[in-house]
Amino acid sequence: MIKKIIALLVFTACLCACETDDSDPANSQQVNPTFRFTFNWDGTAVTNADLNSFNFVNANGETLSIERLRYVISDITFRTNSGEVLSTNAHNLVDISIDNSLTFELPSTIPVGNFNNVSFTFGLDNEDNAQNYVDLNSASFNVPDMLGGGYHYMQFDGKFINSSMDEQGFNYHAIRAVDNPGPNPTFPQDTFFNVNLGAIAITNGTEIEIQMNIAEWFKNPNQWDLNVYNQMLMPNSTAQILMFENGQSVFSLGEVTQITE
Amino acid sequence: MKANRWILLIFAVCSLSCSDDERGYEPTAMPLDIPEIFSSNIIAPVIPADNPQTVEGVALGKKLFFDKILSANGTKACAFCHAPQQAFTDNMITSVGIDGIAGTRNSMPIFNLAWNYDKRFNWDGSALSLERQAEEPVENPIELHSDWDNVVERLQADPEYPELFQLAFNTSTITKELTTKAIAQFERTLISANSKFDQYSLGQTTLTAQELNGLDIFLREDKGDCFHCHGNPNNPLWTNNDFHNNGLDATFTDLGLGAVTGDPNDNGKFRTPSLRNLAYTAPYMHDGRFTTLDEVIDHYSEGLQDSPTIDPLMKQVDQGGVQLTDQEKADLKAFLLTLSDPSFINNPDFQN
Repeated sequence: MIKKIIALLVFTACLCACETDDSDPANSQQVNPTFRFTFNWDGTAVTNADLNSFNFVNANGETLSIERLRYVISDITFRTNSGEVLSTNAHNLVDISIDNSLTFELPSTIPVGNFNNVSFTFGLDNEDNAQNYVDLNSASFNVPDMLGGGYHYMQFDGKFINSSMDEQGFNYHAIRAVDNPGPNPTFPQDTFFNVNLGAIAITNGTEIEIQMNIAEWFKNPNQWDLNVYNQMLMPNSTAQILMFENGQSVFSLGEVTQITE
Repeated sequence: MKANRWILLIFAVCSLSCSDDERGYEPTAMPLDIPEIFSSNIIAPVIPADNPQTVEGVALGKKLFFDKILSANGTKACAFCHAPQQAFTDNMITSVGIDGIAGTRNSMPIFNLAWNYDKRFNWDGSALSLERQAEEPVENPIELHSDWDNVVERLQADPEYPELFQLAFNTSTITKELTTKAIAQFERTLISANSKFDQYSLGQTTLTAQELNGLDIFLREDKGDCFHCHGNPNNPLWTNNDFHNNGLDATFTDLGLGAVTGDPNDNGKFRTPSLRNLAYTAPYMHDGRFTTLDEVIDHYSEGLQDSPTIDPLMKQVDQGGVQLTDQEKADLKAFLLTLSDPSFINNPDFQN
């Protein structure tokens, strides 16, 4: 009888020892979380259906339309509670007018668990920006070599009502800030940036919403005047740095949901 | 024992029915020969799963493309408006059909169409696949003015075609769908990737100072800014295959994409044509309004017309355009001509 009790205790102890701790990513199953990209204008949802209409007023009081809006994110990273950083090397071109670009399943796996921060890069860091991406080439997302090469971080095109009350185009194109365009361009500062989404619990089927508040591109900390900065902004490093500064408050974490199969 | 014999007999019959000879003929796969300049820079071409490239399919498609049998009165083939020497367009402002009636659109050149990832074809995006694109001109009253039922009857009665369809598609019963599949297979083989600029990109030749300056103007956002729609050295298609209103008119007689989608925001938008082979594809624009490349460049420099749907990528619209100097225009033209590919128009595989 004693032997049986001992055996039972040993068996129970083994079971306890083998129990997985789902809260610790180091011991978890591997999953591919999905990211969902949404757009809003100060909280009002913006979709493909809202394009081409003068529906928006920026902080400077200019009425504007959106005709094209696409941007690239890269280097999604997950930081565990113990400080371990899990980096991924994927990128995704988000296009408001292309439905299947608005969700992105991470191609590499990460362990289930609680992460104290999930982050991504808006655009491409300088190392990634020097790579050759056939998908971005195919989308004509390139930046010419004399402007430093690589890729746009964002193409945001539309029209606004200018100070003469005429419709005028704008091309809010974010790239790596560049001076001295030509064979030997120089780079005053980096203009890709890191976006921290905060703590997220990852389980099987987690979908993470990344929100872009488009109005923020024109608002904070620099009130953007489209009459001053509208077109030919790629070779304008001052404009690029303003975009970089305003971009810091553009993105936020939306809903985190679990998709059940 | 008797039962065993029966089993053996049935097994033998099954084996015979599955022998290689009887298992069925399969056409010979013919994957596209993708040029290095494409494979190293852009994603793979679009080949429909239900219409793989085959040697026999391409051969049949080529014969059909050059055969007047598709027209109602037997006078014109696809190749009449899509001639190899003009990079598979013609030199007419707008093409003329079998009844001598001119259409409203300039014939589009045909090359590198397998890399049209969005699969919207024609100037107005009305055809949603290359196979479907091949359907319409056959019945269009100002093009080949045929009836597909009649075309199929003629093909079926022809002494050669049933056997060629048998070889290409494993059936001698000809249909409209198989006919357009074969034409699309041939069209997908029309690949142009050996221009002077391609050779420059591969390090096989050099460009002149004028051509390089023209490339610089093409790529500079404060000069030509052509690259946002027409690609760049990393996108050797030299088109984004997207739809834009490039400021041709203040009001529209041809709505373009807008007539297809019904969305007034698409009025006046047409598919961006590739800049390859411009030396052979005049006149230019969807309605062939510009006779020369100089006129095209003048349009973007000084001739833009404002309208509600003009693309915001068009610069300095209030001044008519990007205001290039005469020298800049000449340099830009010199660069654009480096994108022409004589080996394409002279490729013996593409001739009748």
